[in-house]
Amino acid sequence: MLSNTDLQTLFLTFKVASFATFLMLLLGTPLAWWLARTRSAWKGVINAVVSLPLVLPPTVLGFYLLILMGPTGTIGQITHWLGLGTLPFTFAGLVVASVLYSLPFVVQPLQTAFASIGEQPLEAAATLRASPLDTFFSVIVPMAKPGFLTATILGFTHTVGEFGVVLMIGGNIPDKTRVVSVQIYNHVEALEYTEAHWLAGYLLAFSFIVLLLLYTTLKTQPVTHQLK
Amino acid sequence: MSPPITARFLLDYGDFTLNVDLQLPGTGITVLFGHSGSGKTTLLRCIAGLQHASQGFLEINGVIWQDSHRKLFMPPHKRALGYVFQEANLFSHLTVEGNLQFGLKRIEKKTDAIAFQEILELLGINHLLKRMPSRLSGGEQQRVAIARALLLKPEILLLDEPLAALDLKRKREILPFLTNLHQHLAIPVIYVTHSQQEMAQLADTLVILKDGQTVVSGPLSETLSRLDTPLIQDYEANTVWPATIIEHESGYYLTRVDFHGGTLSLPLITAAINTPIRVQIYARDVSITLDSPTNTSILNVLSANIIGLSDNHRGQMVVQLQIGKQILLAHITLKSSLILNLKIGLAVYAQIKGTSILN
Repeated sequence: MLSNTDLQTLFLTFKVASFATFLMLLLGTPLAWWLARTRSAWKGVINAVVSLPLVLPPTVLGFYLLILMGPTGTIGQITHWLGLGTLPFTFAGLVVASVLYSLPFVVQPLQTAFASIGEQPLEAAATLRASPLDTFFSVIVPMAKPGFLTATILGFTHTVGEFGVVLMIGGNIPDKTRVVSVQIYNHVEALEYTEAHWLAGYLLAFSFIVLLLLYTTLKTQPVTHQLK
Repeated sequence: MSPPITARFLLDYGDFTLNVDLQLPGTGITVLFGHSGSGKTTLLRCIAGLQHASQGFLEINGVIWQDSHRKLFMPPHKRALGYVFQEANLFSHLTVEGNLQFGLKRIEKKTDAIAFQEILELLGINHLLKRMPSRLSGGEQQRVAIARALLLKPEILLLDEPLAALDLKRKREILPFLTNLHQHLAIPVIYVTHSQQEMAQLADTLVILKDGQTVVSGPLSETLSRLDTPLIQDYEANTVWPATIIEHESGYYLTRVDFHGGTLSLPLITAAINTPIRVQIYARDVSITLDSPTNTSILNVLSANIIGLSDNHRGQMVVQLQIGKQILLAHITLKSSLILNLKIGLAVYAQIKGTSILN
């Protein structure tokens, strides 16, 4: 069974993932929209930067974030100047790192969904008196619903499963930054295989059920296969 | 008084330039006619504001929609227009009713329930309201799209080849609705097509475009009977006459119609006496004789006066004939014209081998 500490790590993990997913949708939607529609020369560059976490070892990303967000880093100095202190080894730092780490899993399904909608519904909406913003919420969002669903689920589950970045940026502070994946690692290190089994089993079941729901409820093929 | 519609656009794409200066009437259907690549759809999109011509001036019924000199460009969603796309372009996430309501919710002057019902009936889509667009045939989708545009009570209705994506059967299904619109609508309609038949059936005003330029424009019959249209060289010259049904000879499967200048025998039309119709006569179906032909199988022989001769184009030419108040075009070879010694003022007989009846 799960101990109190294990439950705490589970709770913290879902909290981080929820915050991160919310922020990723907030940032990822306009970003994906821009990427899906722009003809700017910057498109390739931005696409590559957003997709970097897909191929980069998480420790590399975590390392750079640690440097950047630390007391001498650019971001660290800004957060310090804003009176927020430094982010590494805090809950906020963990959320920021998760957002960067999982962003491609949110941006890519959205970008594909937006691109597949094409120009025509936008033009139809314009000739039916809908302003561009109105069109976005009344036409684009409902038409891209499968994309949003995929993005939310992939962003959330991917954040739940992160390990390397957390270890670099968040450490292993109980109740503050210790998430499930780290806790499993702790259990294994301490040769507590039963406890590790329980937690690992929970994560396995959770991920499977979520993906099962995703693949069975969406009639169209989700865009996971386009990620790798 | 300024004309109801003034449209001037200059749009340069490098390999294609649209350069038009048009003044159009405030009622009836204006057909923008031309081959693909002639710029007719681009022109329509410029009028709608879907395409932004760098230089342009557009005034519809006293309201200026674009004036590049004053850096004025009204975005499409602020223009009081209805637009029908080549593909019906319905919102796939909304029912037919949702599609119809989409624009309605966004206009200030509300369409009342009676007008709503009238438009549904006019287009025959009452029974489709609860369906999703994917469950409709192409023809039904296009009728919904037309209704969706009309419900906005637009100042002008723009249609971009609304029948082009449909098969012949669906075309026949929608054309009567469009002809109906013609009689019910008080607003100007601009209709883009490359189909001779749609043009002849629907147009009141004809604008022929070629390579991004207006070649000719004016009232349909008058414009078609000119000798300087691209139709002449394309072997597509034809004239459209308004006529009235005067008699059915059902034993012969024929109908006699009256036009300004005589009568014609046409294949039997199932319509009442006195119904106004349009008759389209292709120049290639008209031949000329100097003497009144006797013992001929051709029923429609009309006496005519030559009023114009086109330049010869690879041994082919078009003769302009006056018959009563109507003008008829005859496509003949240069050789025949020389043998018969055709010239302006000569009295001849025109034999019409084939006609098509519109509406």
